[in-house]
Amino acid sequence: MEPLLLFPDPAPPELAQALDLGGYPWKPVTDDRAAERQEPPDGWAGAVVCADVDPETAFAVCRTIRKRDVPLEPLLLLISGTQLGELELRDDLFDDFLLTPFHPRELEARLKHLFWRTGRGTRPELIEYRDLVLNLETYQAAISGRPLDLTYMEYELLKFLAAHPGKVFTRETLLSRVWGYDYYGGARTVDVHVRRLRAKLGEEHANLIQTVRSVGYSFGQSRWSS
Amino acid sequence: MERQQDYVLRTVEERGVRLVRLWFTDVLGQLKSFAISPAELETAFDEGMHFDGSAIDGFSRVQESDVLARPDPNSFELLPWSSEDGNSARMFCDIESPDGSPFEGDSRQVLRRNLDRAHDRGYSFLCAPEMEFFYFADGNPNTAPEPLDTASYFDLTTADVAGNIRQRTIHMLEAMGIPVEYSFHEDSASQHEIDLRYTDALSMADNVMTFRLVVREIAMEHGAYATFMPKPLAGQQGSGMHTHLSLFEGDTNAFYDADDPYKLSTVGKSFIAGLIRHAPEITAVTNQLVNSYKRLIIGYEAPVFVSWARNNRSALVRIPVTKPGKASSTRIEYRSPDPACNPYLAFSVILAAGMAGVEGGYELPPEAATNVFEMTDQERKAAGLRALPQSLAEALDEMEHSELVAETLGEHIFEWFLRNKRSEWADYKSHVSQFELSRYLPNW
Repeated sequence: MEPLLLFPDPAPPELAQALDLGGYPWKPVTDDRAAERQEPPDGWAGAVVCADVDPETAFAVCRTIRKRDVPLEPLLLLISGTQLGELELRDDLFDDFLLTPFHPRELEARLKHLFWRTGRGTRPELIEYRDLVLNLETYQAAISGRPLDLTYMEYELLKFLAAHPGKVFTRETLLSRVWGYDYYGGARTVDVHVRRLRAKLGEEHANLIQTVRSVGYSFGQSRWSS
Repeated sequence: MERQQDYVLRTVEERGVRLVRLWFTDVLGQLKSFAISPAELETAFDEGMHFDGSAIDGFSRVQESDVLARPDPNSFELLPWSSEDGNSARMFCDIESPDGSPFEGDSRQVLRRNLDRAHDRGYSFLCAPEMEFFYFADGNPNTAPEPLDTASYFDLTTADVAGNIRQRTIHMLEAMGIPVEYSFHEDSASQHEIDLRYTDALSMADNVMTFRLVVREIAMEHGAYATFMPKPLAGQQGSGMHTHLSLFEGDTNAFYDADDPYKLSTVGKSFIAGLIRHAPEITAVTNQLVNSYKRLIIGYEAPVFVSWARNNRSALVRIPVTKPGKASSTRIEYRSPDPACNPYLAFSVILAAGMAGVEGGYELPPEAATNVFEMTDQERKAAGLRALPQSLAEALDEMEHSELVAETLGEHIFEWFLRNKRSEWADYKSHVSQFELSRYLPNW
């Protein structure tokens, strides 16, 4: 699945986390020009635009991707309760809206429904990387057809890593994006879980997760390299 | 929590799990379990499962005995040994009173409470125990234990068997997400050691419970018996659970200071000072059996005196040398605990003793430079060295007067533990042993 366009950049952490947990790849853009410039070859899968902090740029982004031959669908707009008036005469700019602060479950439910209604792609069900397959619907992971017995957090960590092959993440980033809450183990927790994941992946696949010295971890290789 | 529960429910469905075992621990550290069917899982998450707490050691109270087991979805794990009727899985439970408050008799909640306290001050507590144990031919208490690898007949073959059992055990532990750092044959005949890789103390206490089950289970599969009894063979090394401890503040090791000659920070030093000051009080918890004190004697690798040192294995607290540049591995090794302890309570009192030092700004006494076993009593006295309790009775006396232990364990467990252990000591005291018969009967 191509990434969702996300405005603004940097993405609000709670939004980034909700999308990661929902299994949606995404890419933040800074303004309307970036929205065009950074569009992937197969087009954006959809867009989530936050208009609560900088509505002017936000609506400019919406206009850019909607006012063209094939308008981008679906577009979910996030606004604060005091901005409801601004929706007037802008019905063509979005498919649905959500009030901030939002509930992650509501965001997920609305996106799912939008994708279904617009018929433009559906929620990604599988993450595949070579022999590794993660089924996001059933929470099951398998390598070379062998099911992996994972705990919830091991599964979430593997899902996050496998969704971003080739990218290097620091321990803090992984902790905040995958765990998202204070955990007894602190940043060392990540090392512990990586060690456990490698053991479960088995010797021949353990190197899927690489330690990047004095930085953190990365998974496999980017599809764009080599 | 909802997603974690969803994960468990889906996995149970997808993997054809027929039984979900709910695990919890009594006050003495015995693993308890009851099984529910997948159909009951949702209720277990939403409402908890009722059971009669008075059936469990240390859970009974005069008025109310009904308690709730609430499974912790983060601990969900498929069990790698399958039975004829399909897959099974386990989850550790927190025990609650009927009104939903944490049940005072639940040692897992005791550790949770103490970790929360440290967490509020910005610290994560990590530990890594070295688990020692023996393999014997069987577990019959009426005959002398027979080590597996000194049997005179088929010496080589039986030595191999123990190695195989250990290999398979490690494989099984890894499959259950309990990574092993090292494993090797220990000093004594048939004694083995498996070192677990550090993790947060709550997961580690869960791991120790799982570890003891897996070790015994796999031994049984091979027709052998594994024991964590601290001193099963007189005249040989006993089994300890040396535990490596570290505190982290975020990604930073709070024990490390590059500029200190010991590479120890002020926090590290006062943590050790806390362990040193409170060691006698917490020993009943870290060494809870009559038999534990037969390990803590001079001449073996177990500590007897309250001291700390860098390179001295007779010390109670040892500071392992870390490689240059490896700030994150700076740690403290606490050497008295044995593997027959309740890990939840043991980690709780160890953390509390160390944190008392940190919060009270305790001064670290000087390092014990020489082997404290080789000093005379007078030299030890001059050096201000105290001994650890010499028996369970002494340890209980120390514990009974300890504010620190009472507060750490909570009134309910504190009182129950003392009562239970006093009665164990009374049973032991009234027993006339073979030693006494052999020694006194012919002469008196």
